[in-house]
Amino acid sequence: MSEVKFSKEHEWITLEGDVATIGITKHATEMLGDIVFAELPEKGSNVEKDGTAGVVESTKAASDVYTPVSGEVVDTNQAIVDDPSKINEDPEGSAWFFKLKMKDQSEMDSLMNKEEYDKFAKESSS
Amino acid sequence: MEIKKTSLNKLHQTNNAKFVEFAGYEMPIQYSKGIIEEHKFTRSHSGIFDVSHMGQLFIYGDESLTEKLEKIFPLDLKNLKQNCSKYSFLMNEDAGIYDDLIITKIEEGYLIILNAACKDKDFEILSNLLGSKFKMNLDNNRSLIAIQGPKSVEILKSIINGVDQLNFMTGNWFDSDNQKLFVTRSGYTGEDGFEISISNDKAEKFVENLIKKGAQLIGLGARDTLRLEAGLCLYGHELDINKTPIEANLRWAISKSRLSNGGFIGSKKIMNQMQGGASQIRVGIKPEGRLIAREKTKIFDDKDTQIGEITSGTFGPSVNGPIAMGYVNKEFSKVDTKILLEVRGKKHPANVCALPFYKKNYVKGIN
Repeated sequence: MSEVKFSKEHEWITLEGDVATIGITKHATEMLGDIVFAELPEKGSNVEKDGTAGVVESTKAASDVYTPVSGEVVDTNQAIVDDPSKINEDPEGSAWFFKLKMKDQSEMDSLMNKEEYDKFAKESSS
Repeated sequence: MEIKKTSLNKLHQTNNAKFVEFAGYEMPIQYSKGIIEEHKFTRSHSGIFDVSHMGQLFIYGDESLTEKLEKIFPLDLKNLKQNCSKYSFLMNEDAGIYDDLIITKIEEGYLIILNAACKDKDFEILSNLLGSKFKMNLDNNRSLIAIQGPKSVEILKSIINGVDQLNFMTGNWFDSDNQKLFVTRSGYTGEDGFEISISNDKAEKFVENLIKKGAQLIGLGARDTLRLEAGLCLYGHELDINKTPIEANLRWAISKSRLSNGGFIGSKKIMNQMQGGASQIRVGIKPEGRLIAREKTKIFDDKDTQIGEITSGTFGPSVNGPIAMGYVNKEFSKVDTKILLEVRGKKHPANVCALPFYKKNYVKGIN
């Protein structure tokens, strides 16, 4: 599996072959608070880099989930729809959102590595 | 304008509060445990709420003040016993609501608790209506602390002797730590609890004491989910100047004797609506599934006609599902009516339901 990359919209992404797994970062869940609703893209649909690909809602507000890369949705994580609190518990592990079959793997190049993201997250929240 | 801070601001910071601006005040929206934990802790133990941003208006006077206030509020104040509280509203001639409030008859006159965002305007309106005969004091030197939840009576009793003798919606002066506190048995969470009016310089120590006894600070986020589960209105959401108490389904708060005779500001409109009915009414709404319908969500019937709008909507932690309140056309206000909510461009099924979503635990009669 590839190195974990991060977007400015606080998504994380890993690549295995040409299938990317995408979720939201721990930092994002801390900003959102208790997540009580999740909506995911439909399997088989195509999503475009930086477009919306889902919604999460906390007790406070609704937020869009963006996809950091383009591709076809090949799998979604029904477990987080059934129990959205799982997203707060393990955001960067078992609570992934969706898997994409990527068209253009070079889209990964512009994303941040962990060190860059941690710095970005720290700056954007202060 | 500089943001205002309550006397507990430092204590909120020490307890890792996340702050938001609310009605010109820096207020804690939540602490480190988060809204759901705070909500559940209040329902099972005892939560402390800093509501010092709310207005504490003391009006001093005798029977002539009661007579004057009866021309303003739809209450039977002449027969209200001393130290008893009533929920009411300040209205304009069209029965539009300037503010909702709690009024308590005290020995010196009346104490009225006002919403933070409305209190200065309320003061102006009441000053104009009452004239200069009665001394009025919107007291900035006092903090207001609410303690809510089943363990609150034990905790508060251990600090202020005798508070357990208060019935729901009554209050009294108590002595504690060489000062006079005004305590009412009331609140806005659907739980048994108290509100304590205390001088600013004693507030922090008082709250630290409550924490030592096992209560925990709760932010405005959980206050909102708690009051929504309890089916209670929030000014600026369910209530505003374009809504009347009849439309808001708050007829119960108008004294029966005043409904027949009127004579208060807005009474004509209220009596008209009592007979003809209001065209829109506040109802409880439960979306099907887990969908959350927020404020301003449009409500439709099955023929695609808009029939109303959501005024508050969130996830109810004790209900363990989404809940909302809103206004719908009268013919759709019956419990179990099927409606549709438009969220992110799609229509989702929901049902009109009875309020409250969560059953109250108020202590009604002790004595």
